[in-house]
This record gives sequence, structure tokens and C-alpha cells, in this order.
Amino acid sequence: MLIRKAALKFRLYGGKVIDPHNQLEGNFDILVENGKIARVTPTGSTPKAPPESGVENIDVSGKIVVPGLIDMHVHLREPGFEYKETIQTGSRAAAAGGFSSICCMPNTNPVNDSSSVTEYILNKAETGGWVNVFPIGAISKGLRGESLAEIGELKEAGVVAISDDGNPVMNSNLMRRALEYAKVFDLPVIPHCEDKDLSGEGLINEGFISTITGLPGIPAAAEAVMVARDIALAELTGWRLHIAHVSTAGAVRFIREAKARGVAVTAEATPHHFSLTEEAVKDYDTNTKVNPPLRSGKDLDAVKEGLNDGTIDVIASDHAPQSSVEKELEFESAENGIIGLETELSLSLKLVADGILSLSDVIAKLTINPARILRLPKGTLSEGADADISVIDLEQSWLVDPSKFNSKSRNTPFNHWELKGRAVMTIVGGKIVMRDGVIQE
Amino acid sequence: MIWQRKHILGMRDLEAEEINLILETAESFKEISTRTIKKVPTMRGKTVVNLFFEPSTRTRTSFEIAAKRLSADTINFTVSASSVSKGETLIDTARNIEAMNPDIIVTRHSAGGAPYLLSKYVNSSIINAGDGAHEHPSQALLDMLTVKEQKGKLKGLKLAIIGDISHSRVARSNIFGFTKMGVEVRVAGPATLIPVDIEKMGVGVFYRIEQAIEEADIIMMLRIQMERQKGQLFPTLREYSRFYSLDLKRLKLAKEDVTIMHPGPINRGIEISPEVADGPYSVILNQVTNGVAVRMALLYLLAGGGDLD
Amino acid sequence: MGNKKKILDRLGIGRILTRISHEIVERNKGVEKVVLVGIRTGGMYLAQRLQKMIKDIEGTEIPLGVVDITLYRDDLSRKAVPRLRETTMPFSLDDKRVILVDDVFYTGRSTRAAMDALMDFGRPECIQLAVLVDRGHQELPIRPDYVGMNVSTSYQESVEVMLEEKGDEDQVVVI
Repeated sequence: MLIRKAALKFRLYGGKVIDPHNQLEGNFDILVENGKIARVTPTGSTPKAPPESGVENIDVSGKIVVPGLIDMHVHLREPGFEYKETIQTGSRAAAAGGFSSICCMPNTNPVNDSSSVTEYILNKAETGGWVNVFPIGAISKGLRGESLAEIGELKEAGVVAISDDGNPVMNSNLMRRALEYAKVFDLPVIPHCEDKDLSGEGLINEGFISTITGLPGIPAAAEAVMVARDIALAELTGWRLHIAHVSTAGAVRFIREAKARGVAVTAEATPHHFSLTEEAVKDYDTNTKVNPPLRSGKDLDAVKEGLNDGTIDVIASDHAPQSSVEKELEFESAENGIIGLETELSLSLKLVADGILSLSDVIAKLTINPARILRLPKGTLSEGADADISVIDLEQSWLVDPSKFNSKSRNTPFNHWELKGRAVMTIVGGKIVMRDGVIQE
Repeated sequence: MIWQRKHILGMRDLEAEEINLILETAESFKEISTRTIKKVPTMRGKTVVNLFFEPSTRTRTSFEIAAKRLSADTINFTVSASSVSKGETLIDTARNIEAMNPDIIVTRHSAGGAPYLLSKYVNSSIINAGDGAHEHPSQALLDMLTVKEQKGKLKGLKLAIIGDISHSRVARSNIFGFTKMGVEVRVAGPATLIPVDIEKMGVGVFYRIEQAIEEADIIMMLRIQMERQKGQLFPTLREYSRFYSLDLKRLKLAKEDVTIMHPGPINRGIEISPEVADGPYSVILNQVTNGVAVRMALLYLLAGGGDLD
Repeated sequence: MGNKKKILDRLGIGRILTRISHEIVERNKGVEKVVLVGIRTGGMYLAQRLQKMIKDIEGTEIPLGVVDITLYRDDLSRKAVPRLRETTMPFSLDDKRVILVDDVFYTGRSTRAAMDALMDFGRPECIQLAVLVDRGHQELPIRPDYVGMNVSTSYQESVEVMLEEKGDEDQVVVI
């Protein structure tokens, strides 16, 4: 971690604590000591620490205090694509967005399919990162979908899951073996569900917008087919499957049904898939080009319903930085991807305003749920836990301005959106890394 | 109405009254092409750049003649795939051309939406002369002008578009244009060539040519391209021709004074039988004359509308 | 503004056109090579009237053309695009004595545009200009040959020629 000026011992007082893990909701003060949460006490029950005690009193009254947010699906682009993002800039964006932990996908160059790449990432995160970085390893060597990566060694080096994200594992037998093998090392498998034959040369969702723009479509069934296959394989192998970026009604239905039968499947949705539809693509804005594509209104409603009834456990950004070189192009030549770390929390809070989720549910999907899936000792305000804490101001309205982002890239379709609710403090291991929107250099 | 639009990106954006103004203006321009001196000084000192990323002699020539008859200076850039592969992006190319201060850039590109991208990065007016499978607005406008001349009106007519609707920018532009002018549009082809949700564009969808052309005033036959479909969209040209070609027998289902259109070039004997292609219904040469008039109208309207104060 | 001053009524317009008809016949020593070309739209109706009157005098119907000067204007792109209307010139202008007819003579720019247009239809022997009203403020070295009425106006004023053909009562007003 960078050396940051931060109080070693401080007390957050007056805030409203929401900790879904401990089912805690109310006004509590939190005392942080030596990087851990030392005590959580009802507000007013303990007197303010006197100045000579060396404890800084931080007034967070009127704010919401939650476990440090976790984004289990981001692309940090390092090694290999440092012009798009680095571990340093990506984790800085995370800190700015209220996230104290992020998990980075293995589609780097070289691919994170070996312990040396995992170690490289962890080392970079340790020396230059702003938040906790947990690497996700590859399922297959080179993400080619042909043979298994060295999953055991990856686990030893520190990966928390395996995924070929961006590339679906088209070979069903390899997927089966990946699930069986990952079981040995207690690593969840995160598939990118897309039948490449069905999606073909598709660029956007197949529907009215693909029809009027003449852009080739990707049918919703391309996702549903693979979700169904992977659920069948999870049943066959008895191992844990976490479906990345669910975007279609069909996928939500299959996951709901599988959960009801007790299959060990969990799922995530991204803010862009629950905030935007294919409508956003109709003027060829390449910042709306993403895989899976922005879908129809019905799909968006189904994703929201899935979030609401617990079918979708996690909100994750699929933060995918792309430089202008890859976005200021003809639509068909532009790369997929939307950056999300700095808008994710605000867009998620919109679900509360829209009556889809309670505030506590939103926080659970950004904290304890991903922590449980990845078996991380995070996402909680339990006494003794790492002091990873986020403070949120629900009332703060702000205008999205990509030029002010901490991320190295600017590829967001939410430019000029007026959003409400924002992280005002991010604490990682007892160190304040962001305060009032300012990274604590 | 006062013309205020800066770019012609597609028929999707145009209002019915704008289409009317373009067609009326084009009708007036037709007279100029009948003069001994086929040139007016209207766009003297203005520069029109034809920026083509896809070869097209017919459309480019038509725009060039249109610009010349209005006394504009024209410059043609045909950008081959090779210079793009050298790493020069569309925006780089456009910015280089912009340095010459053109008033209007007419562009064709194999990528759908490329003219939208250009319009965001250059100050000139952009005319889309065909982008991917998206739109080809000047073709639709000349088709509409031709039909209007043939039938004396547009409203209330029945138009059947037959063939590969999915990959056709001409079909898309014509559907947008004709439906806005009150024409009943039907499309027909094998289900594999009809894009999803197309009925939301306000057209009737048929899978049999016979149903689509019944009582039709105009039939538009699209060119069928075997090479792009690798046998997955329909089995063979022979079978396609058997079920979807326009022959004399099928033609009887349409109105007696039916007009047959084809954006060309025709695969004789595949989408149209030779007897029909050479019959008295075809208006292909009118389409060429009208193409110049419509393009003059577009250039004229954009050249004047640019500096509205 | 809003003050309308009527400067010509129906009878006045009639008398002027009759006089101009006679002047045209006299000046051209008959109407053998004479053709009328009206500038859209006001000049077009006046040219039609002159055609009829000259027929009453000479017994022959002289050819009539209509020119739309929109495409020859020098102010395209300085304001909203004017609506383009058709030009009809069903005869060659080679060696003809062309009487160009307009309703109001102002700066001379419309006349210049109309003359450019005429040149595209042949090489006339001469072009003469007939106008109902000359309101002054000429900006080019062009003067009308036949003037119905001279009126001095300011730049702020406008002269409107209202005609039955346009659905109005015949009159000329200064606004």
C-alpha cells in the first residue's frame, strides 16, 4: 500500500450503520484501531474521545456507514494494456467510487493463467494500489478454451475464483472438467455465458434497434442457452457456479429455477444492464457497446426482478476500460466495454429510489454477498474484522463528468447523467484512502 | 417550412414535411437537366468531397454530377482498405479532409453508423451515401420521387419489398421513407432474411412473395447475394429463385399498372425473370435521372441551411 | 410599422400596364422578335397581363417564359434556403428581344440573377427590363427600361404588389 497520511486510531460517530452481515441497522459509532474494527457501539453510549487520547473523532452524522464495498468483476488491464488502465489507476477509481476491494479478471497480456502473473498483480497492488485487489485466474490456458490452466498453482498464488471472462468456454466437456477440478481447490467458477455460434458476428442485442440500425444482432438466447448448459454442468459436478453479468430474462429464469432446486449457483448483474436498454445504442455511441450487449426493456425488467427476489446475488460493474483509440471508431470496429467503478454505487442506489431493492439489500449485494461467494473475510463490520468501511451520502446529487474520473479511461454511457447518492469516504484496512471525493495522496 | 437540418444521415431522422420539401426541390431541379446548359451557379465556391470507403461508381458519379450542375467544386477520395489497415482511422481521414474546408462530405462506408461518427468529429455537413446494412437515404428519396412521378402521389399506395431485407440498407431507408409518406409497405422473404421486430417499423411481414405482392402498386426487388450467407440463410439460389423470383405468373397478382423497381444491379433470372425485367414495368432509367435531381436537392438544401443566422 | 400606404389601386395598375404595353410595341417596332419573361412570382403575373394586352394591340400572342432566380442569387447560405420553384422556358432565347418583367425594382440584384439565368437559355439580341414600381436604392449598374411608377422609400419600408392572381385585390402598398 502507498504510504498515506491517516489517523491510526479514529472513531466514526453519528452515522447510520447498515451491516447486512450482522443484520445491524441503526446509529452506531465505530472505533478503528490498528487497521481493525475495534468496537461498534450505539451512538451516544460512549463519550467522545478526548484529544489527548490520540483518537480522531470523525463526524459522519447524516451519512450511511457500511462495510467496505466489494466489486467482484473489474478489468484492471495490467499487465499488458497499461494505456487503458493500471492497477494503480483502476484501484484509485475504486477508492473514489467507495470500493475497498475489487477482483480483477484474467484477460490481461499475458493472461493470468499462471502463478507468476498472479504474483505480479498482487505485488503491483501491494506497492501501488489504493484498495484490496483480489485476482481471478483463468479457466483455460490463454483463455483459449482448449485446456485447463494451472488452477491449483493459481489458487496457491492467491486467486479467489476462475473465469475466462470475455470468452465463453464453448467446449462443454472442458467446462465440466473445470468445475470438477476447481472443486478440489475450493474456487468458484465464473462463466461468461454466450453461445458464440448464436452470437456470430453480432454487435448489439438482436431486436428492434439491431433491425433499424442494420447492426448484426446477438439474440438473448445466446446467453440463456449457455446459462442452462452451465447450470446442468454445475449439477453434474456438484460445484459452485457464479454467472457473470446476467443480461437476459431467459438467464434470470433459468437461474431462479436452478436455485429453487438447490443448485449451487449465484449470479451478478451490472449497473449498465439494469440502467440502460438497447435504445441507448441507436445513434451508434460506441460507449454503449458492451458484451453482453444492452438488452431490451423486458430483459432489463427481468434483471431488476432477479435483483429484487434474490435470484441475482451481486452487483458488479464489469469495469472495462478502453482508450479513445478503441472507442472513437466505427461501431463494428470499436472494442466492447463500459467503465463502472465511479458510477456503480450511485446507479445501484437508484434501485432503492425506484423501489426495486431496500438500501440494506443493495449494500448486501455490494458487500457480504460477493464476500461469501469468494470466501473473502470481508464485507462485514464485525469487531475484529479488517477496517474496510465506506461512508455514503445518500443526499448528494452530482453530474457525471468523465473528465473528472480517476480511471485512465473515459468510456461511459452515463456522461451528463444526474445521479443521487455517493461515497464520501473509503477506508481500507483502517486507512482513509478517499475523503469527500478526494483521494488521500 | 424552413430547412434546418445539417446532415442527412438517414431517412429515420427525416420528418414527412422535410421529405416533401426534398422531393419538391428535386422536381424543380429536373428541369435543369433538360437545358442545353445544364448548370446553375448556385454553389459556386462551395466544395463537396465524395469520401468513399467502399467502391461505388453509380452513386459516386450521381453525386458528382449533381454537385457539378450546381457549380460546386468536387473532390473524390476513394479510400481503400489498405490505407485503413495502415492504422489511419476514419476520424484521422476525416480530419485531414476537413483541413480543406469542405462544405459537404458525401460518404459511403461498409460500417453501419460511420456517418454518425463523422458528423460528431467534423464541421462539414455529412450526407450518408450508404453505410453498412443501415441506410442509403438518397436512394430511397430517388425511389420515392420516381414513384411519385409514376403514380402522381404517394399516400395510399401499396409497396412490396421482396428479398434480403436483413442486409439491405436500401430496404431500411425505403421502409422509413415510404411509411412516413403514408404508403402501405409490405416485406417478404424467407424468415431467415427478415430482421426481428421489423413489424415495429410499421410494415406488414410476409414469408411468401405471392401474399406480399397482391394488389401492390409498386414492387421493389432486392438483389440477393449468395456469397455472404454460406448456405445458412437459404439453401441454394435455385431454391430461392423458385420461391421468391418475380415472374410473369406472380406479377398478375399485383395491380395492372404495377411499377417494378430494383436498386440494381439485377441478377437476371434469379430475383426477376428476364420477361419481367425487360417488360414495360421497369423504371430503372428514370431512377438514374431522378438520382441526380434528388442529390442536387440535398446538396442545395444543406449548402444553404448551413449558415442560418 | 404597420402603417400601410396605398400608392396604386386597380385602375392605376391597369393604366400603367396598358401604357407599358404600348411602349414595348413602339420601342421594338412591333413584336416580331419580342418575348416576355416574368420573374417568379410577381413578375410572372404581370408578364401574363402584358402578353394579353399586347395581343389586344397587335393581334399576336408573343411567347411567355417564367424564370425562378433562386439558383442564381448571390445570398445562398446567408439566410434560410428559399423554396425552389420551376423555371419554364419553352422556347430558345437566341436572337430574341427579351422583355424581363418584375414587380418591384429595388437593388438590381434580382435583375442581375435573372439575366444570368437568361444567358443559360441562349443568346438574346437584347434584354429590356419592365417593372411596375421603381423604389430606388439601386446597388448595381442596372436601370429599368419601362417604369410604371417611381416611389422613394426608405430601407425600412417594403413595397408590396398585391394581385388578383395571388388571391388579393389589385393594389400596391408601402408598408
